[in-house]
Amino acid sequence: MIWVRAIVLSALLAGPLLAGEIPLDQRRSGYTFMGPETKAMQDDDTVNPGMLFVLDGQTLWNQKLGSADKSCADCHGDAGASMKGVAARYPAFDRTLNRPVTIEQRINLERTQRQGAAPLAYESHDLLALSAFVANQSRGVAITAGDDPALKPFVEQGRALFMQREGQLNLACANCHDDNYDKHLAGSPVTQGQPTGYPLYRLEWQTLGSLERRLRSCMTGVRAKAYDFGAPELVALELYLMSRARGMKMETPAVRP
Amino acid sequence: MGKQPTTRRDFLGLAGGAAVAGAVPIVTLRPLDATPAMLSGAIRSVVGEATIRNGKVKLDIPPLVENGNTVPMTVSVASPMTAEDHVKSIHVFNEKNPQPNIGNFHLGPSAGRAQIATRIRLADSQKVVAIARLSDDSFWSASADVIVTLAACTEEVN
Amino acid sequence: MAALINVPAKAKRGDVIEIKTLMSHIMEPGYRRTAEGSILPRDIITSFSCRYNGAEIFRADLFPAISANPFFSFFTVAKESGKLEFEWIGDNGFSATASASITVE
Repeated sequence: MIWVRAIVLSALLAGPLLAGEIPLDQRRSGYTFMGPETKAMQDDDTVNPGMLFVLDGQTLWNQKLGSADKSCADCHGDAGASMKGVAARYPAFDRTLNRPVTIEQRINLERTQRQGAAPLAYESHDLLALSAFVANQSRGVAITAGDDPALKPFVEQGRALFMQREGQLNLACANCHDDNYDKHLAGSPVTQGQPTGYPLYRLEWQTLGSLERRLRSCMTGVRAKAYDFGAPELVALELYLMSRARGMKMETPAVRP
Repeated sequence: MGKQPTTRRDFLGLAGGAAVAGAVPIVTLRPLDATPAMLSGAIRSVVGEATIRNGKVKLDIPPLVENGNTVPMTVSVASPMTAEDHVKSIHVFNEKNPQPNIGNFHLGPSAGRAQIATRIRLADSQKVVAIARLSDDSFWSASADVIVTLAACTEEVN
Repeated sequence: MAALINVPAKAKRGDVIEIKTLMSHIMEPGYRRTAEGSILPRDIITSFSCRYNGAEIFRADLFPAISANPFFSFFTVAKESGKLEFEWIGDNGFSATASASITVE
């Protein structure tokens, strides 16, 4: 009865995915899907609310702390020089941990290992500010994340997660962001899901947030239980998404609706 | 340039004592169920009995908004901004938020240009009204209708 | 928490200049609820003002309908060299200031 109908329905819906990499010349940033007013908010650093976090990050960059009483600047000097291009190749392979780490995780590794300070909580103001400041130094740089051969199995893991149906709505990321971008969901355009501007100021959040926060809310949106912040699945997804965006320019801090 | 008709409908239940321009009216009556009458009431508490004229004021607000949390808005008033003829204040109101007031902006001849911009919250598709008070205490207004679409995957406040 | 102020460093006497400000603040409207259903209490900036060499040139009374991280743009006539001082005051004793210098020739 209802059982049979449910099985038949899900068989119809679970057809072969039309997924595949979006060709480089067709890759579009979420910026291109926005209205002119929101674009204007991102374009001008004097009105971009994400810049408040970049400013705070700059202050934190120069702050001595921890048992080593060192600031980021003490080792890395001027961030404009030392951090240029870094975020564009993250998540990167950490040879000690033998796995990829995100910018946020790298910041915490530096804090604990080199500064002798406690790690910052995920989505905390300070971690967001520092990662926004670091990623902002790569604004305009083309993404090259995932090029390192050591990352290959993790990119594959991320791709598998991107293609895997999940949640009560039984949707995979690819269903919307590969197969149906430029259509609309409840009045809002479906984008390609390119992570070129993270961490970004999302009008819906009324604050800056990380890619992991966005991925977790997408998972909640399809009624799946979201992975915890920092989970290897989220890192693999972020790595896959960044490699899928290879060649696109970083925009941090972006503004999105 | 005609008169803008305003009626005093259910004004009595609200404006009562909060008739001082710029005071924060604490709406305790049906806080989540705003009505156009609250809008009229809030306008009256700033303007009093004066006539509100259409004109001089330009309200720039996108007609279709991607997210009601952050709607860019610019209000400009045609005025020479001299000591004898300038804009004293600009008051902005809305129709369907829990509270009718958005902000009051106080200028003066030193402003040089009667123009302010900010970002506002709109809870639903609704009308926004901007009223300017000139140095001769005349009131001028403009309004705009805004359609607010919501983000598709609204998340809970964690 | 940061404030982002944009004032031209130099101006000619009599020029009408634009001043832009951004302040970090959650502007909690007092109408949002947690997942459990309790109201998050109001916590907003209620007043923003700007003084130019001590004289007030702009003031705004704010309500919950002003977005988070409030942004303001307004104008003033560049009269003389000196200091522009900004002040934000709000609920729960919130108070923040910032300043910028301008050279007027």
